[in-house]
Amino acid sequence: MTDSKSAAVVLNKVFKRFGSKQVLDDVSFSVPRGEAVCVLGRSGTGKSVTLRLMIGLIKPDAGDIFISGNNISHLEGRELSRARCKMGFLFQSAALFDSFTLHDNLALPLRRLTDKSNSEIEEVVDRALGQVGLAGDKHKLPGALSGGMRKRAGLARALVLEPEVLLVDEPSSGLDRITASEIDDLLLEQKTLHQTTMVIVTHDVHGARRVGDRFAVLDKGKLIALGKPEELENHESETVRNLVGEK
Amino acid sequence: MKGFLQFIGNVTLFTIRVIADMWRRPLELSEIWSQVNEMGVRSLALVSASGLALGVVMTLHTRSTLVEFGATALIPRVQSLSFFVEIGPLVAALLVAGRVGAGIGAVIANLRVTEQIDAIEVLSVDSFKFLVVPRVIACVIVLPLLTVFMDACGLLGGFLSEFAVSHLPLQLFLERAFRGVEWSNFVPPTLKTCVFGFIIGTVSSYYGYTMNEGTHGVGKAATNSVVTCSLLVILADVILVKIIFLLFPGSAI
Repeated sequence: MTDSKSAAVVLNKVFKRFGSKQVLDDVSFSVPRGEAVCVLGRSGTGKSVTLRLMIGLIKPDAGDIFISGNNISHLEGRELSRARCKMGFLFQSAALFDSFTLHDNLALPLRRLTDKSNSEIEEVVDRALGQVGLAGDKHKLPGALSGGMRKRAGLARALVLEPEVLLVDEPSSGLDRITASEIDDLLLEQKTLHQTTMVIVTHDVHGARRVGDRFAVLDKGKLIALGKPEELENHESETVRNLVGEK
Repeated sequence: MKGFLQFIGNVTLFTIRVIADMWRRPLELSEIWSQVNEMGVRSLALVSASGLALGVVMTLHTRSTLVEFGATALIPRVQSLSFFVEIGPLVAALLVAGRVGAGIGAVIANLRVTEQIDAIEVLSVDSFKFLVVPRVIACVIVLPLLTVFMDACGLLGGFLSEFAVSHLPLQLFLERAFRGVEWSNFVPPTLKTCVFGFIIGTVSSYYGYTMNEGTHGVGKAATNSVVTCSLLVILADVILVKIIFLLFPGSAI
């Protein structure tokens, strides 16, 4: 186990159960700073739950989750909010606030959590939207955007506070191959230029191979493999080989 | 029975959190203003049309009875007292429970379904303080204002009805309407709608915020909000009328 102080993300013996279903069963892994780990697995194996545990939206039944040295599983209220300032989260549906324009979606955390002036906020929002190619759409409501644009806007919002750790839930879900590849480009750029640590839950092996340094494979709530893609191609488990192999 | 008690407990805890968070910074003034605008301005047409119609109908009914006793001069006073004391506050609250309560329940439930509440939380913003508290405060502010508006429209409806039948001048109608009406007949009943507003804001937010049944739950949250708010407003009215009589004995008609 990597030291919880030196790694950006550490899961230590995490258990989570919903009703009678054990969703996560003794899951432990760590992600060093600047590395991208892609979490793969069949549907319903606890991948999205893992992300939600990491950002404190749900609590584990047992175990510890350290993000940038903070034990998220034990934090509440303002301490949890402070810890979340170091994290960004891209939802599968982007989850943009549908009554706010793109500009206001990005400006909200800046107004709440920083002491930036209005002109500085404008500058940051324009830059963030420009990075994802949406500079000309800042006054649009999310309902007026395509799926790919919404995802890019969601990514811009997740990155607007310059987080140390970015958690991404299904970046390519519902998108065509070309648009999904554009999202992967943006993630890759963020990792390369800003050394942002990433945990990406995905079913898209092609994209995962481009962005991820290592793969973590979950099956029935257990972590059954962790390693570089090429190492896992010959893994003893057929499930791992099927999930990791290029289709 | 267990489920009912659990519901009462949950709503009570939710209410305590609303009251505690009202005083905590940030005060969300822009969000409160936006909700006041959304609830107040957009309810004006409904409230004024209802007030006007009720005013006309009330006068038609009272006239037929008072004519028998040769007391048609009392019509404006009966009209004003009825609206100030009971019809204005209660009907305005029930209309708001229907329009605004359903809206709050459905909107917040939809935010839950589409993960927008989670998105607010992961941005380190307190979703409860951001979504629930401004809506409750806005309901508390808006309802007395809408009640005054309803009272005014009710009187206007009464006047139009009287004018059509007896050509009673407006000045004389108003003079008779306000003769013998005391502040205690107007202020406490109007202010009791703050309690109705608090009930509507809190209960409908509760249904929306705690909904966890997917898309189907959005409609359910809206329906439950309207039904429960309407029932609680009527029950609260019974209690508040009794309290007003105790505190302001002169307000009893």
